[in-house]
Amino acid sequence: MHEHDVIVVGAGGAGLRAAIAAHEEGADVAMVTKLHPVRSHTGAAEGGINAALRDGDDWELHAYDTMKGSDYLGDAPAIETLAQDAPDEVIQLEHWGMPFSREDDGRVSQRPFGGLSFPRTTYAGAETGHHLLHTMYEQVVKRGIQVYDEYYVSQLAVTDHDDPTERECHGVVAYDIKGGEIVGFQARNGVVLATGGDGQVFDHTTNAVANTGDGAAMAYRAGVPVEDMEFVQFHPTTLPSTGVLISEGVRGEGGILYNSEGERFMFEYGYANNAGELASRDVVARAELTEVNNGRGINDEYVYLDMRHLGEERIYDRLENIIHLAEDFEGVDPAEEPMPVKPGQHYHMGGIETNEHGQTCIDGLYAAGECACASVHGSNRLGGNALPELIVFGARAGRHAAGKDLGEAEVPTGPSAKSEDEDSLDTPVEPGAVGTSDEDVAADGAMVDAENVVQAAVDAEQRRIDDLLEREGTNHAEIREDLQKAMTENVNVFRNKESLKDALETIRECRERYQHVAVSDPSRTFNTDLIHTIETRNLIDVAETITLGALARNEFRGAHWRQEHQERKDDEWLKHTMIAWNDGTPDLYYKPVILEGEEKEYEPKVRSY
Amino acid sequence: MSTQVTEQETETEPETETDHQERRMAEKRERADMRERAEEELDDTEETVKIKVFRYDPEVEGKKDPRFDTFRVPFTKGMTVLDALIYARDHFDSSLTFRHSCRQAICGSDALFINGSQRLGCKTQMSELEWPVRIEPLPHSDVVKDLVVDMEHFYDQMEAVEPYFQTNDLPAADEEQRQSRENREKVKMSTRCIWCSACMSSCNIAAGDNEYLGPAAINKAYRFAMDKREGEDMKEHRLNIIEQEHGVWRCQTQFSCTEVCPKDIPLTEHIQELKREAVKSNLKFW
Repeated sequence: MHEHDVIVVGAGGAGLRAAIAAHEEGADVAMVTKLHPVRSHTGAAEGGINAALRDGDDWELHAYDTMKGSDYLGDAPAIETLAQDAPDEVIQLEHWGMPFSREDDGRVSQRPFGGLSFPRTTYAGAETGHHLLHTMYEQVVKRGIQVYDEYYVSQLAVTDHDDPTERECHGVVAYDIKGGEIVGFQARNGVVLATGGDGQVFDHTTNAVANTGDGAAMAYRAGVPVEDMEFVQFHPTTLPSTGVLISEGVRGEGGILYNSEGERFMFEYGYANNAGELASRDVVARAELTEVNNGRGINDEYVYLDMRHLGEERIYDRLENIIHLAEDFEGVDPAEEPMPVKPGQHYHMGGIETNEHGQTCIDGLYAAGECACASVHGSNRLGGNALPELIVFGARAGRHAAGKDLGEAEVPTGPSAKSEDEDSLDTPVEPGAVGTSDEDVAADGAMVDAENVVQAAVDAEQRRIDDLLEREGTNHAEIREDLQKAMTENVNVFRNKESLKDALETIRECRERYQHVAVSDPSRTFNTDLIHTIETRNLIDVAETITLGALARNEFRGAHWRQEHQERKDDEWLKHTMIAWNDGTPDLYYKPVILEGEEKEYEPKVRSY
Repeated sequence: MSTQVTEQETETEPETETDHQERRMAEKRERADMRERAEEELDDTEETVKIKVFRYDPEVEGKKDPRFDTFRVPFTKGMTVLDALIYARDHFDSSLTFRHSCRQAICGSDALFINGSQRLGCKTQMSELEWPVRIEPLPHSDVVKDLVVDMEHFYDQMEAVEPYFQTNDLPAADEEQRQSRENREKVKMSTRCIWCSACMSSCNIAAGDNEYLGPAAINKAYRFAMDKREGEDMKEHRLNIIEQEHGVWRCQTQFSCTEVCPKDIPLTEHIQELKREAVKSNLKFW
């Protein structure tokens, strides 16, 4: 068993930042990650990182844009924290040597992005995430922080109390991918989950294959509620054949969207008369699909994104990466012809419920980055706001886990944050059967000794994995494929009650089939069959919470569009969807949105662009 | 009678848990082999492409001796080598093992030896290759299993060049360091490295000299040595590192690293430029 003060699970942007912050507070930190840090999906982020750095801009404008972009489902204390901390964090990155694009005066460059009232998206070409990831990993190397790479964390070690808010997290259990051992990691101070997104729930996604929602699913099963899971962002410009992302930077620099009639449809059909292509992502994604559904798509599937008029110099200076992506993955030279694009799953606004210090309702368990929901993105994330989220909340979670006092948090967590008026909420579709008792969240008995709690979790995981390896049964890949197809077909940009119920039905079937899943590869060395099998379970749990949340929310807000409910219903729905694990049954409840900021109250307004 | 005796013997010597587990695992391996053989007997059809994939697993009987398995995968337009591998794994043999994640040429985890050349599986179109396509792990690295190689040595070499920004001259905490566009342009290509190790694998010198820093690590040193924000003293320090016995002078300008780099980094040129810088800096002291 390994022992450290702080264990960070995942080594993308949020994990690296958390580890550095905890280390700076004097903690003995270790990172445990299923990939090597530089392989993390943060590297695929392209467009940039929002921070109010210039005259004429300030954090309050950034907070206002973010609140509006969120369609008033973000929590003001978290959003204001994001906007306040982002400038220092971005300058910190610059001091660590991040190769940002530069202005003539040598300062870092900023550009316009969708939904922003000021061009505050700081960038490094169209590969900002790559540079951010490598710059922070360099700092981890510099500090000699211990990294356990290619260790797959598959279980949290949490005490066994009936009330989740009385539970404590003492560590994690990981599978050493190279060596095949099940290893316990005990955390003296805290565990920070920074496991990233869960795009693999869908079959057309910009997300990496490794993005399987592991952290969110583990925390959920350990008793932490997941928040606002129905809000899934579909990026308007992904390549149709692969889902590879074409940065919003293309539109930021002046790229234009056309339909098959050659019309600039964002204006032509009034989707966004002021902002056009630079409207918020949900608006553009719906506009594109509406064009396709009305017969004005190309090959009934996609629209065109044109950047030829920007000129070679500007393209090579700011968007060079896009040329390579379009050529390598779609066979199109965007300097010669427009790129085919369609919406694809891109980001999950929802996630593990945390406050603005990254704390969950379980003592010693933190979450940051895409797997978490401190509630800064609400129902729709603005482009350029994911990267500041990683570093701002990664740093805060790391600091707090290392023992630094960040003051009283304003965002409440746990079941006590429940709305008063939710006494009779029925789950629309009965959930399917759950996993075996071996997969219980917590240690046996109300053990308080940390080492025993971790050891008990290790033993339970050993039994589960032995069983998966030994028995005969279904291959996970069949289940995963059916799940992804059902989600893409039914829980996509456009949703309705029938399709959501169909999806829940399929998810339930997948859950039942998963009871008979087995790993074919008997090897203890680099057994990716085993990893994918465990991941598939996580995908099922995440998919269920997304669909359940979507079915229950009878309104149209941000990325969540409902055919039967074509308006935002502020009277009823200014609240967060919370889903809690109750012995395998998802329990649904709500908590109010906090619109009260430091100095002002954010007033919900019609969101027009 | 004899049957009864056997039964009694079994009762007195119950199978231990370990024996039981081993027996079941052996049976399972046998069934896995049978499935595999059945796949191999699949008929050829017009729209399939054959991939010949290197297989090796030290843990599994029958895979301890390296071999090639042939998979016939339905060909679709736009199919990459990684797509074909994923298809083969998900439909024919779930034990087929390879690293991959982003499938958009940025995570650097699926560098493979494809038809005799180092390439990223996700970025290589099947249609551009001669069929059948031969897929092997990166040469000059220890194979862990199938297409997975041990990357430790590569990471160690990267770390040997102090791969992090260092300066003694930072502005105030709320102020950026200035950097000219020209200087950013100068280091731009070097910052694109995704640590895939294709260059290292293609380098004859690295193959013969285990201590040679290699193209990726030297490129990383270039990335910082040429970044003016670090200052002249630090540049001197960096040149000293890459001038060591197994540093830049080992490079014999064969250009193989530059040829295989999936991010088009002019690696050989960067190494030559550091050689020139090192000479200039030595002359200064004479």
